[in-house]
Amino acid sequence: MKEAKTSPIITATNLSFGYGDFMLMKDISFQVNEHDIFIIMGGSGCGKSTLLHILTGLKAAAKGKIIVDETPLNTDRTGKIPEKLMHSCGILYQGGALFSSMTLFENIAMPLQQYTDYSDKLISELVSLKLALVGLAGFEEFYPSEISGGMCKRAGLARALALDPKIVYCDEPSAGLDPISSRNLDDLFLELNSSLGTTFVIVTHELPSIFTIGSNSIYLDGESKSILARGNPKELLKNPPSEKVRQFLTRGEK
Amino acid sequence: MLEYQIEQNTLTLQLSGNIKNEDNDAKRTGLYADARAQNITKIRIEGAELEAWDSTLVALIYNLIKQTNAKATVEYDKLPQNLVHLVKLALSVNRNPTQEIPKKLSFVERVGQSTYEGWQSFKKGLNFMKENCLSFMRCLRGTAIMRKVDFLFVLGDCSYKAFGIISLISFMVGLILAFVGAVQMQVFGVEIYVSSLVAISMTRIMGAIMAGIVMSGRTGASYAATLGTMQVNEEIDALKTMGVPVTDFLVLPRMIALMMTMPLLVMLSDFMGMLGGGAVGILMLGFSPAEYWEYTYKALSMKNFLIGLFHGFVYGYIIAICGCYYGIFCGRNADSVGVATTSAVVSSIVWMIVITGVLTVIFVEFGL
Repeated sequence: MKEAKTSPIITATNLSFGYGDFMLMKDISFQVNEHDIFIIMGGSGCGKSTLLHILTGLKAAAKGKIIVDETPLNTDRTGKIPEKLMHSCGILYQGGALFSSMTLFENIAMPLQQYTDYSDKLISELVSLKLALVGLAGFEEFYPSEISGGMCKRAGLARALALDPKIVYCDEPSAGLDPISSRNLDDLFLELNSSLGTTFVIVTHELPSIFTIGSNSIYLDGESKSILARGNPKELLKNPPSEKVRQFLTRGEK
Repeated sequence: MLEYQIEQNTLTLQLSGNIKNEDNDAKRTGLYADARAQNITKIRIEGAELEAWDSTLVALIYNLIKQTNAKATVEYDKLPQNLVHLVKLALSVNRNPTQEIPKKLSFVERVGQSTYEGWQSFKKGLNFMKENCLSFMRCLRGTAIMRKVDFLFVLGDCSYKAFGIISLISFMVGLILAFVGAVQMQVFGVEIYVSSLVAISMTRIMGAIMAGIVMSGRTGASYAATLGTMQVNEEIDALKTMGVPVTDFLVLPRMIALMMTMPLLVMLSDFMGMLGGGAVGILMLGFSPAEYWEYTYKALSMKNFLIGLFHGFVYGYIIAICGCYYGIFCGRNADSVGVATTSAVVSSIVWMIVITGVLTVIFVEFGL
């Protein structure tokens, strides 16, 4: 089997997290394999985005161990993100989170200037390439306020890809996009996944996206505070392990 | 390793070994220049011996193809599939921006533009003040849409929460006034009149100015930032579409609260300033408290005191209007909130000084 060959790039063991005394998830464990498009799904408020924040190191988990790209993530509360992860992880925030005072060029050049010692010329070539990859060739000198929301999101993806990361985290990438833009973004994920080999970890509850791009997934359940289902979403739809998961994947069909 | 040769309009690029972090400016520039100079119709890329690569190589190939304006046919020979795929993906979308980047204006055009914009924003400001007047009328008639909770919140924010900073600043200003005054008065041996100096200057104008400057930095800035963030979050649009006048709902409570509390803050400032002067008079110049108080009391006049309060009242209006105006007409991004806050504080201080000048002339003309 193909899956057997790939090795896990993210391993979370016995993870518990929440806010203060209130726990969102208890003792969950999962693995993300290299080159996966890994979907984190679940109803609203079950802790999907919080889990993403924990994986990216923005927030500390209450308990448990996370290893991302062979680097143990700080799960105690010092809040420091290991330097190595800055190179190997890119993050696409919900609204793109582009710096509004900088042009797209400056936005994407920033991580390159920060973490590489490339010449200015090479940086400008790389920025042009990344923008072309997300379909924004020629938009270098625009400010985020001058382009549409979908374009901002794609530019955010270009910034996330700037350092050729191994993992790209995406927080609700298709939220607020029209069906065609959302579809184009999905295609882009697939293309980048197959050609760059980038692992994607995507938080979403857009069913069409989940089925088109997901190669592996977990379903978080807020009530039992655990993972109710895991595996390829298409397989899950065929053999739902529980009624809840079936309802989620079929938009609540009886 | 990266090598190339050109034969009969064909550029052959040979890639081998490990091409990572390929950052050789001279080589790149040479390659691109050659590709441009010679009429290249075909690019052949051979990668049979390529072992490892990263984005820098993709960028190189992409830019190389771009140099020929994508006219050349490209042939990939034994290149890794995903590398070819990536180059094709980058080349696939050739959508050029539809919007034009605004071009640089000449000096005359810029002068004209900023004059026009200045005039426009002056009219906008007057219009805003008119809207506020109408809101205030509605408020008097009891038809303004304003929440009591909001009003009480801003009232608290610009009254007792500001006591500490106003007290501290005014105390220090009184102290400085007395100190500087004492040095001059010592020459004539009339140090006791330091108390009169402090009493008159604090009540007539300094108390109001100090309270005004502190409140414009403290409260005016916070109004601009709050309303600016609301503008960024589209909350102000939501109010407009609900038919709630923004001036009623957001500006009115802030304006009334500041106009109510500023005279009170001026009183506090007057008192603290005199206390500061007293500290110098009693501790440094060695007057008895009763003596100092007597000369202070003699110098105090109801007229000066009321003029000070009136100034405070006017400053309250200016601070609230400037803060709210720049907040409401804030742009849509993070930067613009900063700009709005700065403009609110700067313009409220400038207007305060200008209006003080005007008022002083008027009061002096009327012999007050």
